[in-house]
Amino acid sequence: MLQSIQDYFRALAETHPHWNFIYLYDPVQAARIGEGLVMTLELSVLCVLFSVVIGVVGAWLQGSHLTWVRRFVQGYIQFFRNTPPLIQLLFFYFALGQFTPTYSPDGWLEVPVISNVGWAVISLSFFAGAFNVEIFRAGIEAVPESTVEAADSLGMSRLQIYRYVLLPLAFRVSLPALNNNLVNLVKTTTQAIVIAVPELLYQLVSIYNDYSTAQNACMVLMFVVYVVLVGILVMGMSRWERRLRIPGYGG
Amino acid sequence: MKQSLSVLALSLAIGVTASGTASAACTNDVWNKVMSRGKIVVGVKADYKPWGFRNESGEVVGMEVDMAKDVAEAMGVELEVVPVQSSNRMQFLEQGKIDLMIATMSDRPDRRQIVGITQPNYYTSGTNVMAPKALALKSWEDLRDKPVCGKQGAFYNKIVSERYGAKIIAFTGNAEAKQALRDKKCIAWVYDDSSIMSDLASGNYGEFEMPLASEDDNPWGLAVPKAELGCVFGNFMSGMTFNWHQSGRLIELEKKWGIQPTAYLAKQKERFADWISGQ
Repeated sequence: MLQSIQDYFRALAETHPHWNFIYLYDPVQAARIGEGLVMTLELSVLCVLFSVVIGVVGAWLQGSHLTWVRRFVQGYIQFFRNTPPLIQLLFFYFALGQFTPTYSPDGWLEVPVISNVGWAVISLSFFAGAFNVEIFRAGIEAVPESTVEAADSLGMSRLQIYRYVLLPLAFRVSLPALNNNLVNLVKTTTQAIVIAVPELLYQLVSIYNDYSTAQNACMVLMFVVYVVLVGILVMGMSRWERRLRIPGYGG
Repeated sequence: MKQSLSVLALSLAIGVTASGTASAACTNDVWNKVMSRGKIVVGVKADYKPWGFRNESGEVVGMEVDMAKDVAEAMGVELEVVPVQSSNRMQFLEQGKIDLMIATMSDRPDRRQIVGITQPNYYTSGTNVMAPKALALKSWEDLRDKPVCGKQGAFYNKIVSERYGAKIIAFTGNAEAKQALRDKKCIAWVYDDSSIMSDLASGNYGEFEMPLASEDDNPWGLAVPKAELGCVFGNFMSGMTFNWHQSGRLIELEKKWGIQPTAYLAKQKERFADWISGQ
């Protein structure tokens, strides 16, 4: 069966030079796509986790009594929300990358402790994190003032109120918007190609550069993978949303 | 399994439409379009000094731009140059964003399936690396398991990683790749020897050298849309290239742009020499 599928696509490539599905019959190219897929998954999972953490912490800091903390969070949001992620990636990797410590395996090479993959995770997490802060802020503001006052009068500290009262309620309100932002984040990981992070797009572009007949086939795969990948994310998020639902609270 | 079956179904559906577009007779669509519009759009490099690059005032100039000018002049039309990248130049031509592509492209069998590469070839280059003198590289084998910067879209990335086990880090642009080399993120920059030579000659790369013997010498091809090959446009470009070789125009341009003289151009001039005048 597998053999016949491979033979079919090998023959298809010969008769239709624009439809060379090389990754379906050439194990070397299939392996490259596998590596790219793993890298894309790694980037997506790490960035989603970090950006949510940044969002939660940032939203908490935004409610701080200290003016400079609020200003700092505001500055962070403005910087990361107002600049394109592509520029952020280039800036982090090439400009900031020069100031990070390096080690040298051969006396000349200066391997930075933060690799291009590391910078991609950092930069994309901060990018999506900036949006997440605002998303969680919207959720926090939706929690009635009286609820916070009630917690306050029970003698809870600010952190306790955030942890046990505000966040659980705010989180439920924020989930749909968060869902959107995380979907965008997963798609933005493709931009890491500019700092040569070998994710799925990088591998596919490399493949169709090596085999120019494979371009359409690579594009098709790109769509299929992202439809599936984002589909899984959205499914997981809505399941979570349903599980967290409190009857009578929110929509 | 399920996924490959759905891809199979999709490819079958697409395969039917693709086979319908194959044509044999010359329509000369692109040629006619260029002539009636009075303007030819040529795709050239804008980051490949001195073939196609931006001068201080931002204009795209270079040896290939001069060639494009010759073409427009011979056709009696205006010229518009559009900067292209290695990774999108063939698609630009296929989609009709450009009418002609003169963009430092190596003539490869798989590329001939996509675009109409005309004969004779107009230039040739081999693969080499730019590496720091401090490393004193001796052979291609020195690249094994080392990070080597490259450019997305160069056909030899694959060869160098398969043959010598170099770990290619491919950037989307030359500028990024060379910056990564200067930042010491890789031990070498693998590219066309002719481009590396002109970089070294520019004096901006004092600590670097081109230490290895060039490999995989590969002629460059300019390209017309596939349907125009063997028709008016393709034949016209073959004639242009023939005359460029015979008249010594390419050698002249090579000199003008400070490119090291290549044996290839001298040999082609000799090969196409006029039997009466001997030149």
